[in-house]
Amino acid sequence: MNPIQSFLRSYDGAAVTHNLFAHLIVQGVIITVILSVLSQFAGVVIGLVLYFMRRARFQPIRWVANAYIWFFRGTPLLVQILFVYLAMPYLSLARPLRAADVFTSLGFTGIYTDSFVAGLLAFSLNEGAYMAEIVRAGIDSIDPGQMEAAKTLGMTYWLGMRRIVLPQAMRVILPPLGNEFNSMLKTTSLVSVISLYDLLGAAEAIGSPQFRTLELLTVACLWYLLLTTLWTFVQSALERRFSASSRDPGAGKVNWSRFVLPDRLFRASPGVGVGNLTR
Amino acid sequence: MSANTTAMVDAQEVHKYFHRNEVLRGISMQIQKGEVVVIIGPSGSGKTTFLRCINFLEKINKGRIYIDGELIGFRDAGGRLVPDSEKNIARMRSEIGMVFQRFNLFPHMTALQNIMEAPMQVKGVPREQAETRARALLAKVGLADKADAYPARLSGGQQQRVAIARALAMDPKIMLFDEATSALDPELVGEVLKVMRQLALEGMTMAVVTHEMSFARDVADRVIFMDGGVIVEQGKPADIFSNPREERTRSFLRKVLEPDAS
Repeated sequence: MNPIQSFLRSYDGAAVTHNLFAHLIVQGVIITVILSVLSQFAGVVIGLVLYFMRRARFQPIRWVANAYIWFFRGTPLLVQILFVYLAMPYLSLARPLRAADVFTSLGFTGIYTDSFVAGLLAFSLNEGAYMAEIVRAGIDSIDPGQMEAAKTLGMTYWLGMRRIVLPQAMRVILPPLGNEFNSMLKTTSLVSVISLYDLLGAAEAIGSPQFRTLELLTVACLWYLLLTTLWTFVQSALERRFSASSRDPGAGKVNWSRFVLPDRLFRASPGVGVGNLTR
Repeated sequence: MSANTTAMVDAQEVHKYFHRNEVLRGISMQIQKGEVVVIIGPSGSGKTTFLRCINFLEKINKGRIYIDGELIGFRDAGGRLVPDSEKNIARMRSEIGMVFQRFNLFPHMTALQNIMEAPMQVKGVPREQAETRARALLAKVGLADKADAYPARLSGGQQQRVAIARALAMDPKIMLFDEATSALDPELVGEVLKVMRQLALEGMTMAVVTHEMSFARDVADRVIFMDGGVIVEQGKPADIFSNPREERTRSFLRKVLEPDAS
């Protein structure tokens, strides 16, 4: 019997279908989504704060922001998660958080609030450091003339930022932000090490006592694939919405749909590349 | 030093450095209410920088500029100048309109929204009122039918006219034009100049940096020639163009008026 045959013999396909919608798994999916959304949101906020700290006039504020980014991008995320989780008892946070037991009152089973908060904190802090770079690239890509025009109209820096610069920067930020969130959906699986039943945690919790870990990992993979695929659709819808005004030709952005519309494809002149492909 | 209270702009000994490079070396001038002053000069002469000092987009290093009797950018604390608050600078800027060489329209807003934005956000004008005014201003610059167009859909000349309407929406006391036609295709220059002439006729106080000598000759009450960060010569357009006193003015005018000669 070759290794593949022996693998197929012991791999129990029925365990996959049987557990695909198990209570703990579905609950794990929800936890993964909540954790990812909250962490990403907090990450964006922290990223924005870091952007403004880094261009503060008072130098120590810039140092703090740079040190923050240096630290969180320079140490492993897994270490940060463990660190936050294990530091919580020292800060007298672990016990009251666990006692608060928010998730049980929301109808979840076996979700410890302290684990969730530790994970949320670590992901947010870490994501903030990466978002700082993305936010910076986005804001700095906007023509300084935009802020000048806002100022000559009597706007303060903050009003100009909020009404003029940030809405334009959003367009630039959105694609890498979507990428970050895709990554976040999967990276949150690291919380399984601090005994949180997210999607991966739930899969392990069901799989290992039955010696069906591989099958349950398959279940987790299927769900992760579904989540990231759904997100891809949401992301492109968001990007279309935010680029509404820049879809005009000549506005600096490429609208790829213009190139793949069938009628355009066939009408493209020969020798233009696209035309050649259709032959 | 105190302000000349009848002047709209009163610049006194203005110096401006970029690092060690002194681009304005003691500019003193006044612009009276209702006056159209055109500033000409070779590139690098400091004329654009000076214009940007008037609304404090550039911080001046020495000297004072008063707008309608009020010091801009600083407060006078017993003879010593201390930086003014951002809010106060913003308030003063809201009364100084500026038009840029590269238009700087807000690309994520339609022409109408571009014009309504500052009155609503800065002055708190109600939407309906702001919209009525914005439509009237668009009509004034000949673009009533472009209200819902995004800037990317407009030609350069149209964008610049929207930018002028946007500045006018704040009811400025003075309008600054920074090479407003320099980025335009030649056939689009006329439509923008026409709007500027109209404004001048209506009595708007204007400071115009431009290379359009015909505009300077026909519209200006006074022409200022700058070179090397100083005002070399100023006077009525007829005097400057037909009878310049300074050799630097003569050689500049020769170059711009007869570019094929020499």
